Amino acid sequence: MMISQETQRAPASAPIGHVAHNGESDPKRDRGGPAQPMLIVRDLKKHFEIGGSALGKNKTVVRAVDGVNFSVAKGETLGIVGESGCGKSTTARLLMHLIVPDSGDLIFDGEEVNRVRGINIRDLRQNMQMVFQDSYASLNPRLTIRDSIAYGPRVTGVGKAEALARAEKLLGMVGLEPGMFALRYPHELSGGQRQRVNIARALAMEPRMLILDESVSALDKSVEAQVLNLLRQLKRELNLTYVFISHDLNVVQYVSDRVLVMYLGQVVESGPVGAIYGGARHPYTTALLSSRPSMDPRRRVKTPPLSGDPPNPINPPSGCRFRTRCPHAQARCAEEAPVLAPSPLDPGHLAACHFPQAAPAKAA
Amino acid sequence: MSTITTTTPAPGAAAAPVAFRRASKGFWHTVGRRLARDPITMICAVILLLIVLAALFAPWLGLDDPFKQSMARRLKPFGYQGHWLGTDELGRDMLSRLVFGARMSLFTGFVPVALATLIGGSLGVVAGYAGGRVNMIIMRCIDVFYAFPSVLLAVAISGFLGSGQVNGLVSLTLVFVPPIARISESVTTRVRNEDFVEAARATGAPTLSILFTHVLSNVLGPILVYASSLISVSIVIASGLSFLGLGVTPPNAEWGLMLSTLRQAIYVAPLTAILPGAMIFITSMCFSLMSDGLRNAMDVKV
Repeated sequence: MMISQETQRAPASAPIGHVAHNGESDPKRDRGGPAQPMLIVRDLKKHFEIGGSALGKNKTVVRAVDGVNFSVAKGETLGIVGESGCGKSTTARLLMHLIVPDSGDLIFDGEEVNRVRGINIRDLRQNMQMVFQDSYASLNPRLTIRDSIAYGPRVTGVGKAEALARAEKLLGMVGLEPGMFALRYPHELSGGQRQRVNIARALAMEPRMLILDESVSALDKSVEAQVLNLLRQLKRELNLTYVFISHDLNVVQYVSDRVLVMYLGQVVESGPVGAIYGGARHPYTTALLSSRPSMDPRRRVKTPPLSGDPPNPINPPSGCRFRTRCPHAQARCAEEAPVLAPSPLDPGHLAACHFPQAAPAKAA
Repeated sequence: MSTITTTTPAPGAAAAPVAFRRASKGFWHTVGRRLARDPITMICAVILLLIVLAALFAPWLGLDDPFKQSMARRLKPFGYQGHWLGTDELGRDMLSRLVFGARMSLFTGFVPVALATLIGGSLGVVAGYAGGRVNMIIMRCIDVFYAFPSVLLAVAISGFLGSGQVNGLVSLTLVFVPPIARISESVTTRVRNEDFVEAARATGAPTLSILFTHVLSNVLGPILVYASSLISVSIVIASGLSFLGLGVTPPNAEWGLMLSTLRQAIYVAPLTAILPGAMIFITSMCFSLMSDGLRNAMDVKV
């Protein structure tokens, strides 16, 4: 019983979020100006220690995220793709500081996160929110959805009446009639409706940036499309910036402006969506793309899709981490780890490969 | 049941649009409704209610003085001279002593469990939510107590502290803290890893607020179910302590103590002698069955 978004939606001019009435960003919150990236991530690392005794012996280290660099421009959607276990979700949680990075810097709108002169984590979380994959697990089953949405504003200093009003308004914005849904419990909603509630809950903090961690992956295709359209619409209305994490290449292609490909805790390729999908330079990206069934026979690639599982992140291969599965691997790949370097033709298209594939055969 | 009829809309409301702002049934509402539909639980609840009311209003029920002895009418059978349940080995009215004994027995069944739920529950929730080193320190200390059988532990602590009601309560409380802490810890550890707790942390909410709003509301149910199952155990162990002379002291009326003093009369007046035991059995049985019913009623994805 999805309610059509267009008819039930609250007017976009409402003062939710940091958005001024004309849809421009609020100068009071947009400190760095339009040219300053919303988020810069520099050499982010998180290694998990597993096993071993209480005294710290025999510990093994999982390099979940191992030196990740990227930036997110204001108002863009950055898609992050990769196989299961490549560190996508860990990266998302590191960005939110839900888990503390071992090293690396986050710079949010020109301010370093968690540094004396920078932005503290509490303020960061006012600016950056996250929507999780499991729509049911991410709502407290004992709270009505209105209380769930209002909880964030309530505990960060918004009055009760105002927080509840904001919650109802947001329900309208995500396409759920407040009168019908506000006092319901999560188990009374469908998966798509619950994910709309989760989006509303994230928006209740009036963030400027949303991290969508597999947020539509668990929904069935028709609902997924509705929620994707809702996300698009909200992005436009509220002037949001998205980091969109998914394993679904088609969805990432649909929503993203730029794409980041991760493999074993590292970024192997990044660039504009057209460049990645039209002319991938890293063999891993090529393999990923060829592993999805294409509607277009001309786009089908002869290269066989990837075989086998990714290597164990506890003990990654020397040099290039992809070399064990790479069809083009040579001696140099085992000795020297490739750095993320821009393409000679397109400085925005980076790949971490010693032998990047040539410019796209097919003209874009 | 009448619940079906209440949901049908009034005839006049049919033309009106869908009833907006319908308050949904919350978790506890659903649990209550399911409990009310469970006959065994309701029978147990009624029996317990009668016992509790009798115990509460014992002085005003017009019963005989539970301490008035009479050598002339010792161990008389049921119905003797207005003593409905006969008399005990010192000629005291059994009915009166059973009712007054219920006060102490229920007290020793309930108070240690309540105190232990407070202490053990807090320890478990803190250990579960904090995790890591804090968890390890708390839970290893708890494990030390866990290693002993509960009855033995109660006897040992009572023996160490000396007999008396307060010491009996203290020892029982200490006995119940470890299992409750253990349950709370495991439930909290599970809830803590749920995405909604993560989402709450992502709003920058203070830890205490997350604990009270998001964690407690989800761990309280299982903890209460478990604690309610301990009430019957507590009554039995408290009776055992009194039986051994470590809990309530004579001439106070308490079921375990009465069982102990009447056991010498088991061949002379068996029906009288088993009465306190029967009361312990009925009461603890009712608490156990109610706790089962509560667990079933809560076992619902709400």
